[in-house]
Amino acid sequence: MSKILEIFNTMEYGPAPEAPDAVNAWLDEHGRKFGLFINNEWVTPKGAKFYPSYNPSNGELLAETTQAEKKDVDAALAAARIAFKSWSKTPGVTRARYLYAIARNLQKHHRLLAVLESMDNGKPIRESRDIDVPLLARHFYYYAGWAQLMETELRDYQPVGVVGQIIPWNFPLLMLAWKIAPAIAMGNTVVLKPASYTRLTALLFAEIVAEAGLPAGVVNVITGSSSAGSMIVEHPDVDKIAFTGSTDVGRILRKQTAGSGKKLSLELGGKSPFVVFDDADLDGAVEGVVDAIWFNQGQVCCAGSRLIVQENVAGKFIQKLKARMEHMRVGDPLDKSIDMGAIVDQSQWDTIDGWVKTGIAEGGECFQPNIALPEKGLFYKPTLITGLDPAAATVQEEIFGPVLVSLTFRTPSEAIELANNTRYGLAASVWSDNINLALDVASKIKAGSVWVNCTNQFDGASGFGGYRESGYGREGGREGLFEYLRPTWMDRPRPEFVLDEKKKWGEHVPTLPIQPTTARANGHSLPPIDRTPKMYIGGKQVRPDGAYTTTVLNAKGKIVGQVGDGNRKDIRDAVEAAHKARTSGWAMRHGYNRSQILYFIAENLDARNAEFVKRIVEMTGRTQKSAQAEVDASVERLFTYAAWADKYGGTVQETTLRGITVAVNEPVGVIGIACPDENPLLGFISLMAPAIARGNSVVMIPSQKYPLSAMDFYQVLDTSDVPGGVVNIVTGDRDHLTKTLVQHEDVDSVWYFGSAEGSYHVENESAANMKRTWTGYGLPRDWLDREQGEGHEFLHEATQVKNIWVPTGE
Amino acid sequence: MTSNHTRNPGAPLDLDWVMGAHVNKSAVERRTASLPKRRTVKKDWQAAWLLRAITCIDLTTLAGDDTPGRVHRLCAKAKQPLRPDMMERLGLNGERITVGAVCVYPNRVADAVHALQSSDIPVASVATGFPAGQTPLPQRIQEIEQAVEAGAKEIDVVIARNYVLTGDWQAMYDELQQFRKASGDAHMKTILATGDLGTLKQVYQASLVAMMAGSDFIKTSTGKESVNATLEVSLVMTRAIREYLERYGYKIGFKPAGGISSAKQAMAWQSLMKEELGDEWLKNDLFRFGASSLLTDIERQLYHYLTGHYAAKHHMPMG
Repeated sequence: MSKILEIFNTMEYGPAPEAPDAVNAWLDEHGRKFGLFINNEWVTPKGAKFYPSYNPSNGELLAETTQAEKKDVDAALAAARIAFKSWSKTPGVTRARYLYAIARNLQKHHRLLAVLESMDNGKPIRESRDIDVPLLARHFYYYAGWAQLMETELRDYQPVGVVGQIIPWNFPLLMLAWKIAPAIAMGNTVVLKPASYTRLTALLFAEIVAEAGLPAGVVNVITGSSSAGSMIVEHPDVDKIAFTGSTDVGRILRKQTAGSGKKLSLELGGKSPFVVFDDADLDGAVEGVVDAIWFNQGQVCCAGSRLIVQENVAGKFIQKLKARMEHMRVGDPLDKSIDMGAIVDQSQWDTIDGWVKTGIAEGGECFQPNIALPEKGLFYKPTLITGLDPAAATVQEEIFGPVLVSLTFRTPSEAIELANNTRYGLAASVWSDNINLALDVASKIKAGSVWVNCTNQFDGASGFGGYRESGYGREGGREGLFEYLRPTWMDRPRPEFVLDEKKKWGEHVPTLPIQPTTARANGHSLPPIDRTPKMYIGGKQVRPDGAYTTTVLNAKGKIVGQVGDGNRKDIRDAVEAAHKARTSGWAMRHGYNRSQILYFIAENLDARNAEFVKRIVEMTGRTQKSAQAEVDASVERLFTYAAWADKYGGTVQETTLRGITVAVNEPVGVIGIACPDENPLLGFISLMAPAIARGNSVVMIPSQKYPLSAMDFYQVLDTSDVPGGVVNIVTGDRDHLTKTLVQHEDVDSVWYFGSAEGSYHVENESAANMKRTWTGYGLPRDWLDREQGEGHEFLHEATQVKNIWVPTGE
Repeated sequence: MTSNHTRNPGAPLDLDWVMGAHVNKSAVERRTASLPKRRTVKKDWQAAWLLRAITCIDLTTLAGDDTPGRVHRLCAKAKQPLRPDMMERLGLNGERITVGAVCVYPNRVADAVHALQSSDIPVASVATGFPAGQTPLPQRIQEIEQAVEAGAKEIDVVIARNYVLTGDWQAMYDELQQFRKASGDAHMKTILATGDLGTLKQVYQASLVAMMAGSDFIKTSTGKESVNATLEVSLVMTRAIREYLERYGYKIGFKPAGGISSAKQAMAWQSLMKEELGDEWLKNDLFRFGASSLLTDIERQLYHYLTGHYAAKHHMPMG
C-alpha cells in the first residue's frame, strides 16, 4: 500500500516541524559561545567560566554562556549608571522613538525569536510564535506610548535609577518585556539577568536592541548563576529590584533589600482557582482548562491549577475533560501540531513527578490520557488528579507543571471560599453564563487578575501581579509604571543605621507610670481627675491587656498625660476587630458613604479645633500658630480623602480583548500603621484617612512620643458614625507593637514611619507572609506639604489593582 | 453512501435539554481561532488528508441556469475528481477515489442519477423550499417525495428559520419528523441556515432539535445566506453531535456548506472534526463538505505536492 493510501486510511497527524536553520546559523555565528552584553557590546571576561544551555526536548547542547562574577556585575551596573545620566534626561518623546524601534525590530525578527525560545525553553512553537513574541512586541509598543506621554501625563514623577531585573525561565522573552519596557520607557537603565535554564533569547534580544540603536548601557544583559542575581540585588548602586519567580526566592530578595531604600516588585507563585458553575458553557470551560493548565506545560505562575467545579455538573465536566485530554499532543516543541512541549529541565520534571506521586499518596485519583510521548526528552503527560480535599498538600502547593487538581463546591459562597483558601492570589478564572454571578464572584476572589469565561489573557495595557504571597507590584498598564517611578520631590532614600545585632528589635519592658507628685502634694486645690488610659479597639475604649501605663512627657520633660502601654494581645484584638469591620461591609460600602463619614470626622474635628491645638502645644511645645496650622491641615486632609473616597475606583483598560477589561482599585485589607512622631495629629490623619477612604480597616499606632492627640481623636471617631473596628488605636512602644503587626499573618500591609532601623526590620520581617510594606526609612517628610503629605502615593499604597477581564458577545 | 453506523431513529423532543443549553460565544471563538494554529498537516500527510477531503465533497450545483448538460459535466468530475496522471503519481492506481455525492435541485435529480448510473455515487437533492423554506408544508413534503422518487439517496432539507427565531421548537421538531418520514430510506441532511439564526446558542439548540427529529446529518448552510459555514457554528454543531451521541448513542453526520473553497480551509475543518468528534467523522458517511470550487483548489495543492510547482487552475479539468 502506498504511504499516501495508508495515511488516507488512518488519518493520523504527521510531523510538521518548524525549521531550526536560522537559529542554528545565529548560534554558529557566535561560535555557540556567548559573553555578557554590556554597553551594547559582547564582553567575554578573562578566565570566564561557561554554562551549557540544552534543548530540553532532545538534550542537545545549544550553546554556552558566561557565568558572570562580581566584577562583571559591577561593570554592568556601572555601565547602567553612566547611561542613566543621559537616558534619564533624554526627552520622553525620544525615548518613545527608541522603544518603538525596538518593537518594530522585534517584529522583524519574530520567527527567529520564536524558534529560539522554543528550542531553549521547550515550549511549543505555536505558543512562542502566536503568544510570547507578539506580546513581547505589544509590550514595547504600549510603553513606547507612555514614554511619549510621560512629560505631560506623569509630570510629578521621575525615574527611579538603575534597575536590577531577574526573570524566570518559563517565559524568558515575555518576562523580559514586562521588565525592560516600562523601566526604560520611564528613563531608567537596566541590568537584566535571565534564568539559568533559558539564557539565549535574552542575548538575542540584546543584540536586537543594539540593532535598534538604543544608546549603550541602557539595557545590559548578564548571564550567571543565582549568586550573580544576589550580587545585583545587594549591590549598593542599584535603585530598584524587579523579580519574577518563586515565592521562596522572593522572600530572600525581600530580606536582602530590607532597609536599603531600594524599590522592590515581586511577581511570585500561585495556585490559581478555575471555578466552573453549572450554568457555564461546559465545553468552552473544558477548553479553558486546557489553556489554563496545559499552556506552557503548566509552568505558568498564573496557571489555573485548582479546578473548582459545581458538584451537580462535576461528573459530566470531568468526563468531558478526560475526553479532551485524549486529544492532547505532546512532543517536539518545534512541531506545529503540538499542544505541549518539553519540561524545562530534569530537576523540574522530577519535582512534577514527585507531586503527582504525593497526590496519589494523599488519596487522589490520577488520570493521564493514553497518548504517545516521544521516547527521548523531558516530556510529561497532561495530568488530572481528582478526589482530593483542600487539606491535601497537592491542592495547596504550587506544582509548576501540567498537573490539575479538582475540587467541588455546592454554593457560590463556598466556591469563593475555596478559591480564596490559598496563600496565593495571582489569578483566577470564573465560568458562568450568568453575568450577575460571574461578576460577583470575580469581585470577591482575591487575585490580581480575574478572567471571566476565559483564562490566561495578557496584554500590555493591563496590569498583572499578585495579592498575598503572590507578591506585589504590577506589570503592564498604567499601574505598572509606578514600579519605575518616584515622586519628583523625593530623593532615592539612603537610610543610615547601624544594626544592633545583640539587641532584639521590638523588645520592650513595660514602663511604669511616673506619679505626677506635684499636683497631688498641693492640698489647697482639687487634684485633676485622673483619666484612665484606654486603647480604642472595635469602636470601644478598652483597657490595655497588660494593664500597664506609660507616661507622656512634653518637649520639656513635664508630664502631660498617660496612655496605655500596649502589648501583642492588644494588637491581636485590634487586628481581629479590623477584620470584623472589613468583612461586615466597610470595604463594600460605596464611596459616597465613606466620603460622608470622612466629612463628618472633619466636621467634628473642626468643632474641637481649639482643644486639639492646645493639646499639640502642650505636648510638643510648638507655637500656637504652628499647632493651629497642623489642626487646620488635618481637617483639610480629611476633606481631601473624603474627595478621593469616590474617585479612585479604577479604569477601563484598553486591551486587545473584545469586551471589557476593568482595573479595579480594591482595598488592601487590614493595614497596620505606625505613625511618625512629627505632627502627632496630622501624621496620624494623613495615614489613616487614605486607608479608610479606600475601604481598608486600620490598626493605628500613634506617635510614640506624642500619642495624646490620637487618643483625643477617638472621641471624634466615636461621634462621626465610623463603624467600630474600621479604625483601631493601640498606644505604646512603636517598634514593639509594629513587630507584632508585621509578624501577624493576617495583616495585609504595614506602613511604618519610625526609624531607619525599624524600617529595615519591618521590611525584613514582612517576608514571612510577603505582606506589602511602606516605610519612611526614618527620613523626614513634610506632612504639611500637600505634595508630600497626600495624594497618589498614599492612594497607591491603600489599594491593590485587580484586573477583571470580561469578554462579550452572544 | 454506505454507512457502517446505525441510523438515527430520533428521540422524543426534550425541551429541558434544549432550554438548558449554554454556549459562550467568546469561548467558542477562542477555540476556533487557536485550533487551525494548533494543528496542521504537511507533505505526505497533507496529500492524504486532501485526498480524504475529496471523498467528502458533496459536489454541488444549485443555480438557476443548471441544465442537464451542466449536471452531466459535474457528474463526470465527481467520478474522476483527480487527473489519472496525478492518481498514478500518488500511487493510487486502481483505487476508487470519487467525491461523496453530487448535490442538485430536485428538478435535476434525474439528470444526475442518469449521469452517475455507472458509479455508486449518491445523488443528493435539496428540498423543502430550498433555500428559504418559506413554502407551504404540503409542497415542501411533496418536494422530498418527488426527489426520492427520482432517485435521490440523500435529501438536504432546510428548516423553517422562523421556528428557531421564535423559539417554537415543537413546531420545528414536528415538521422535521414529517420530512424524515417523507425521506424514507434516503438520508436526511438538515440545513440549519445558521447565517439566519441570531446566536450560537440558537444554533446549538436547533442542532439538538434537528437530531431528536431524526436527522442523519446536520448541515450549516444553504450557501445562499449572507454568512455560510464558519468554524464557530461548526464547533457548536459538532459539540451538539457529541452530546447527542453521549445521550442516545447515535452518530450524526456533519456538513459545513458554503464558502469553503480552499484546501487550507478544508484541513481546518478536518482538524475540527478529528479533535472534537474523532477520526470516524473524517470519512464521508459522517462528514461532507458542501462545495463547488473546493475540489479545484485541492487538485492544485496535490499537484504542488507532486511536482513542487504551483499549479494553474486551467490545467485542472473543469467540473
